[in-house]
Amino acid sequence: MKCRKCGGQAVLELPRHNAAFCSADFQEFFRKQVAEAIRKHKMFTREEPVLVAVSGGKDSLALWDVLIETGYQTAGLYLDLGIFDYSVESKTKCEAFAASRGQKLLVERVADSMGAPIPEVQRATRRPTCSACGLSKRYLMNRAAVEHGYPVIATGHNLDDEAAVLFGNVLHWQTDALSRQSPALASTHPKLARRVKPLYRLSERETAAYAFLRGIDYIVDECPFAAGATSIAHKQILDRLEETSPGAKHNFLFGFLEKARGAFDGAEAVTLQQCAVCGQVTTGEICAFCKLHDQVKRRQAGPLSSTREGDRHE
Amino acid sequence: MKIKLRNPSREVELSGRKRVKEVLRELDILPSTVLVIRGSDLLTADEVVGDEDVLEVRPVMSGGSGAP
Repeated sequence: MKCRKCGGQAVLELPRHNAAFCSADFQEFFRKQVAEAIRKHKMFTREEPVLVAVSGGKDSLALWDVLIETGYQTAGLYLDLGIFDYSVESKTKCEAFAASRGQKLLVERVADSMGAPIPEVQRATRRPTCSACGLSKRYLMNRAAVEHGYPVIATGHNLDDEAAVLFGNVLHWQTDALSRQSPALASTHPKLARRVKPLYRLSERETAAYAFLRGIDYIVDECPFAAGATSIAHKQILDRLEETSPGAKHNFLFGFLEKARGAFDGAEAVTLQQCAVCGQVTTGEICAFCKLHDQVKRRQAGPLSSTREGDRHE
Repeated sequence: MKIKLRNPSREVELSGRKRVKEVLRELDILPSTVLVIRGSDLLTADEVVGDEDVLEVRPVMSGGSGAP
């Protein structure tokens, strides 16, 4: 297979673009897609410091790499979820990446703020692990960005992530979630950082290929709680569709963003205020993170603190 | 050829010269869900591999609570 651009030996085929690229031209294609995402959604400028949320996985480290390579001011934020060896290894990968590029890495431990690592939160509350984890990540990312003076948080969500979320939201007609689904979410409160997804135009196979070709040492093994998660099931359905109709995921997501998303504007009319406990932004009196924290504290102190093995993810 | 698979981590052997897409078909793996790696190279679906090759079939899916 030949590179569409230079005619050299291709290393990756992109069926949805009916193309194949050599290593150098694929990396150029990748950077252009990220640049287009940043430009189209006015995600951030070169003058603004960007906090890149990194997990040690391919997407977030590929994102950090491409932003560094293209001259943006960045720092990384690693959230230590306390998920056994998985967290130990992923933190090591992030630290090594940051050191090799001479970049600053902030580290926040979930246990420091929640009173327990994610596996204990799940056992104490019986809440689906991925749900408690996602809630904690969103809270801690925003708090770190505001406290350290970063106006924008960039996450490694890719086209497959976004298509799977859209699929789930459409399946249940979650109109409030559909109104919020966007590659760039503006700040609507002084204590709320902007959130952007510069990889939304790239598939996860493309981000994996970029990470591999760039020599990024990322954690390949999956989070032990991810197996069986709803989002994974939705991705598998979409993968089957993509196999028979290349471009299906792209058309699904981009069609929504360009033609349908506007119809859901205003579906979620909320007023943001500061949490009475922690002062972070919330729609109610007490934020979901503080409620979860309180639940963890009560379960740890009370007779229901015994654990039930096997309780896992959503 | 030796093929390293993940999730769960295991190794399988296949014999004969064949294209990467045929290897993946035999393993019942969708090409869009993996990278096929030989040493420091990524292989496209039409690349021919043989008995002497050692391949890694690396899944690209991540998920759960959502990235990062």
